[in-house]
Amino acid sequence: MTNTQPLTEPVVQRPPAAGPAARPKAAWRLMLPTMTPWLATGLALVAGIVLFGVLAPFLVGDPDRIRDVGLTGPSGGLWLGTTQTGQDVFAQLAFATRGSLQIGLIVGVLATVLSAFFGIYGAYLGGVADEAFSLLSNVFLVIPGLPLVIVISGFVPRESRGLWTIAVVLALTSWAASARVLRAQTLSVRNRDYVAAAKLSGERPWRVIAVEILPNLLPVLASQFVFAVIAAVLGEAGLSFLGLGASGSSTLGTMLFYAQNGFALPLGAWWWFAPPGLVIALFGTGLALINFSIDEIVDPKLKNARLHRRRTRLAAKGGAA
Amino acid sequence: MSYLLRKLGFYAVAFWAALTLNFLIPRLLPGDPVDILLAKLSQRGATVTPETRKAYATLLGGDTGDPMIQQYWTYLTNIARGDLGTSISYFPAPVTEVIAASMPWTLVLVGIATVLAAVLGVVLGAIAGWRPGSWLDSLVPSTTLLAAVPYFWLSLVLVYVLARQLEMFPSQGGYDVVLTPGWNLEFIRSAAYYGFLPALTIVIGSVGGWLLGMRNMMVSTLSEDYVLTARAKGLPARQVMRNYAARNAVLPSIAGFAIALGFVVSGSVVTEQVFSYPGIGSRLLGAVTNNDYALMQGVFLFITLAVLGANLVVDLLYGLIDPRTRARS
Repeated sequence: MTNTQPLTEPVVQRPPAAGPAARPKAAWRLMLPTMTPWLATGLALVAGIVLFGVLAPFLVGDPDRIRDVGLTGPSGGLWLGTTQTGQDVFAQLAFATRGSLQIGLIVGVLATVLSAFFGIYGAYLGGVADEAFSLLSNVFLVIPGLPLVIVISGFVPRESRGLWTIAVVLALTSWAASARVLRAQTLSVRNRDYVAAAKLSGERPWRVIAVEILPNLLPVLASQFVFAVIAAVLGEAGLSFLGLGASGSSTLGTMLFYAQNGFALPLGAWWWFAPPGLVIALFGTGLALINFSIDEIVDPKLKNARLHRRRTRLAAKGGAA
Repeated sequence: MSYLLRKLGFYAVAFWAALTLNFLIPRLLPGDPVDILLAKLSQRGATVTPETRKAYATLLGGDTGDPMIQQYWTYLTNIARGDLGTSISYFPAPVTEVIAASMPWTLVLVGIATVLAAVLGVVLGAIAGWRPGSWLDSLVPSTTLLAAVPYFWLSLVLVYVLARQLEMFPSQGGYDVVLTPGWNLEFIRSAAYYGFLPALTIVIGSVGGWLLGMRNMMVSTLSEDYVLTARAKGLPARQVMRNYAARNAVLPSIAGFAIALGFVVSGSVVTEQVFSYPGIGSRLLGAVTNNDYALMQGVFLFITLAVLGANLVVDLLYGLIDPRTRARS
């Protein structure tokens, strides 16, 4: 959540070593999240769904093949049953997951690049450029995204509504919140002494940004990227569900669109409309859980609270024994 | 005072940007909205005069013969006069009339659901963050599942379980169609009954974000000196939690309202479609499927106006709650 960013600059304190056996961590290890059950769950969910989306399309049959069985529930041969034209829902799910992941990745990268440009570069330049960039991102932040995307998709004729059109539109409407977060972080880094030293020694702006500033922002960038992917998958699903997605594409949203228009709900065909939403929800949850751990790097207070809890628990256990 | 002016100025700029986007989008994108629209219009039995063509060309772009600047000026003055054109799907009603009839439904639905979700999320988040590590707090990460569920899918599932299987709630519409809309008890009760599922969808879908944000800020706030002081003074735990920790921890949640509202509005547009709710989201989608470009643009402008208005109110409240924002520079 972007609104969880601390207002004040977080105070970085190394938690005291848990015991005499604890080895000091290498500096780069501090940039990595600590393994917690929640992080493990998140990684497992995301890895599972990504593997499913990448590999399963090669293993399942043709998702469009029409069988003479009509709408049937899950059975041994067809794990998730069929649609009302007898198409294999499981095979469709595999291809749709791939489609959704693809658009999520493209939009995630595009939106992060846009937000990095407007957030970091603007804040680094300062002055009028910063004011202008910051105004621009604030304006984009308050203009509601999906209605704007719907209006744009409504004007583009169906035949020219390709994958990249949708990706660019989704990216253009979703970078603003991250840009604001990145700007706040950059402002706090920009005025540190080593940045000033790099500037004074005549380093070019892009090098100061890339070498001195960017490493400090990596956790924030990572968490904003993860959010951008979630938002893109959700946004594309909504758009496709309304029948406004990329034409000819197959994503989890288009599956839900066909399920809704094929009267899956009145017919009680839960195996048709439940799995696509569940995949989106689990994928989003997995990414959000990963973000939880990244948040602990951005705001060490959260981590300290967790470590403190663990120490009290261990102490209580040790006292009882 | 300067805080107020700065905020008003910002929202004026934002609204102007939305107006300009609305003007540019149909002109920059491929397709020929004016011809499609006029063809539909004549199907509906309207006589298409050159004046009608010019009026729509001003709204949607096309060959008016005027330079762009002049088109832009005419567009702005038309909007200032409240003239957004005529809707084709509700011909011959003007766009403003269609919007005025559907706006209250969405405002009430989204308004009540957002306030409920925010209050619920903030209160639960404060309690969870107050005792990090308690059983309630360990459940917090699971709320991310709620935040990641697509709104429209959630509404499909709710309709399937609560409306189709258990038959507790109606699955479609905004009120019992035998009643005539009006401010009487029977109608309001019916609207509340029909609006329950859409509202539940929005509350479930958005409560997780509030809860999470509040919980994290609460944890950060607990290590502040003033909380320690309050505890050292021997104040009752409830009072420390409410008046010292929660009060300060809630500020970023309020500041993040704009982002939250954006998500809710986007989600509610799709949710309305699932429930065939008579709100502005359904109108927007109806307009898109019917190529009713004038209505489409009008709805977008009004949604934006409503979101900007809500954000302005929250910003002004924030200035009232947190004096530091007023003092800035």
